Amino acid sequence: MKKTYKIDVDCANCASKMEEAAKKTEGVIDATVNFMTLKMSVEFEEGKEPKEVMQAVLKNCKKVEDDCEIFL
Amino acid sequence: MNKKQKKVLYRIIAAIVMIIVLELLPLTGAIRLILFMVPYLVVGYDILRKAIKGIWNRQVFDENFLMAVATVGAIILGEYTEGVAVMLFYQIGELFQSYAVGKSRRNISDLMDIRPDYANIESDGKMEKVDPDEVAIGSIIVVQPGEKIPIDGVVEEGNASLNTSALTGESLPRSVNVGDAVISGCINESGVLRIRTTKEFGESTVSQILDMVENASSRKSRSENFITRFARVYTPAVCYGAVALALVPPIVRLTVLGMTPEWGQWIYRALTFLVISCPCALVISIPLSFFAGIGGASKEGILIKGSNYLEALAQSKIVVFDKTGTMTQGVFEVIGIHHNIMPEKKVLEYAALAESFSNHPISKSLKKAYGEEIDSTRVSEVQEISGNGVTAKVDGDEVSVGNQKLMTQLGITADDCSQTGTIVHVAVNHTYAGHILIADRLKPHAESAIKELQKLGIQRNIMLTGDRKAVADQVAQTLGIHEVYSELLPGDKVSKVEELLAGKKEKDKLAFVGDGINDAPVLTRADIGIAMGALGSDAAIEAADIVLMDDDPLKIAKAIQISRKCIRIVYENIYFAIGIKILCLILGAVGIANMWLAIFADVGVMILAVLNAIRALFTRKQI
Repeated sequence: MKKTYKIDVDCANCASKMEEAAKKTEGVIDATVNFMTLKMSVEFEEGKEPKEVMQAVLKNCKKVEDDCEIFL
Repeated sequence: MNKKQKKVLYRIIAAIVMIIVLELLPLTGAIRLILFMVPYLVVGYDILRKAIKGIWNRQVFDENFLMAVATVGAIILGEYTEGVAVMLFYQIGELFQSYAVGKSRRNISDLMDIRPDYANIESDGKMEKVDPDEVAIGSIIVVQPGEKIPIDGVVEEGNASLNTSALTGESLPRSVNVGDAVISGCINESGVLRIRTTKEFGESTVSQILDMVENASSRKSRSENFITRFARVYTPAVCYGAVALALVPPIVRLTVLGMTPEWGQWIYRALTFLVISCPCALVISIPLSFFAGIGGASKEGILIKGSNYLEALAQSKIVVFDKTGTMTQGVFEVIGIHHNIMPEKKVLEYAALAESFSNHPISKSLKKAYGEEIDSTRVSEVQEISGNGVTAKVDGDEVSVGNQKLMTQLGITADDCSQTGTIVHVAVNHTYAGHILIADRLKPHAESAIKELQKLGIQRNIMLTGDRKAVADQVAQTLGIHEVYSELLPGDKVSKVEELLAGKKEKDKLAFVGDGINDAPVLTRADIGIAMGALGSDAAIEAADIVLMDDDPLKIAKAIQISRKCIRIVYENIYFAIGIKILCLILGAVGIANMWLAIFADVGVMILAVLNAIRALFTRKQI
């Protein structure tokens, strides 16, 4: 399953760090962050609850870039 | 500027004023340090705060952290002005970047300002504005002059001229009448239209286009992936370099050469390294270039589904065309009447009347060319001779209309035509009356489209068609295409394209251009599938990588031009930014470049790279 979320982040490098962090989160097959349109699309593993996975994604993103937001 | 940006701007201005004042005051010692801390904290407190959080989260190569180390280090070494200035310029650079990115985000969304806000529904004689999402298929919506058509549909009542420029880049208005299909996103320039919707809003052209453009830059190009990888390696590498620079030379001097270690000097050089360690210029300018390129293209009615396709298009060396609907109009038209013994109009009248009961494309083109109302009472005893033609009585005259076989059957000598196309012979009262030449007409720009492609250095222009060899060869000759494959079934087109793909070099890309009807498999198979005139055709929009909104073949060359310009800008930025950074690192290591130069180079490169990236938004108007 694939879902797209609106995000807010200030710099392009931070955006790619968020992408990296999201990719490494458990339950995520693949993630892309588009800095220009401020969107993150996440592909979830089969049987995982997107809501729970996204909480973990947000936590991991906050770790690498404190000043970011994902609008869940 | 938004609130956040304004706040940063005020902090920057305040810090600049304070630094100038402090520089002019004759201060020394601890008081100088304390006073210099004021502008430093004013301009950089958020960086310091993020740096501390970075350490907490074990993000050593966080750029805030590195910037904090560099400036604090400079201050410890006694270089107060430099420390504060580096922080100041770093913030100026960040502000500029965020402003420029915000500006181009807005620019591009303005370009794609096709989203309708409401639909007018008439109920009980009163007009009501509703959300387009709530309109069901088959509803009647009213579009007034100056309004956007919110949902795809068919005109039920009224006529108007539509401005399609937001969708197609085409500035000539299109006129529509009752029964015509209209697509959402067009602006009604005159007259009230009542439209019966044929799709839901979510399925309408406008939604599809917006969806495509918004998701375009999620498909990343090789250059973007390269930059991401580069950034991941670059920052740590420069940091380790800085550590080495701070430790190795002094220790070597001390132990091997027996000289003074000069710790201060080497640490200063190491801090210079940290200032250059942020890969910002690259990381921002490459996606921005692609974003601007895709935005600029969509302004021209060229929708590109991802930056990877933009990149591939720039490398295209082979362009394969479908004939019907791509290079030709795909509709049959009477293009000449020859060997006629009576006025052309009369031949056409007989033919049109005799064929008036048929729905065959050929009969339709005859009726269209005749152009007048058909009075069917003038026609009697219509007899269809399957596959060959028709005989009928028109105004009492015996008329036979059909191909060579029909004429032979009836024992009439027919003159052959020197031109290629479908030939319709006409005989009246068993006497040959001439023939009508019907052919698919070339698009007005087809010839110049091929010329433009050749000018762009496309090595091979190849045409594929299911049409007969004679027709295909003639079209190819007119257009100046040297490679033609005719009489192909849809499956043959796929295998032909596969053959071409196998026979070319890996980095030369093959683009296939089709009208999206029947050639979806080929569109998917080619390196780059380009669908043209795809407005409203879901299958084509789905299968293609690039969609040309109108059906002008000149847009193919235009798209290649835009992609090449964009890629050129991308490469300029990559070489320029990496080059300057490496130069600064070398100059910094040998002590020629100080921190001032480093921060100027860093911010300067970023500003230039961003401005250069925005250039991709502008497309030349020539073709």
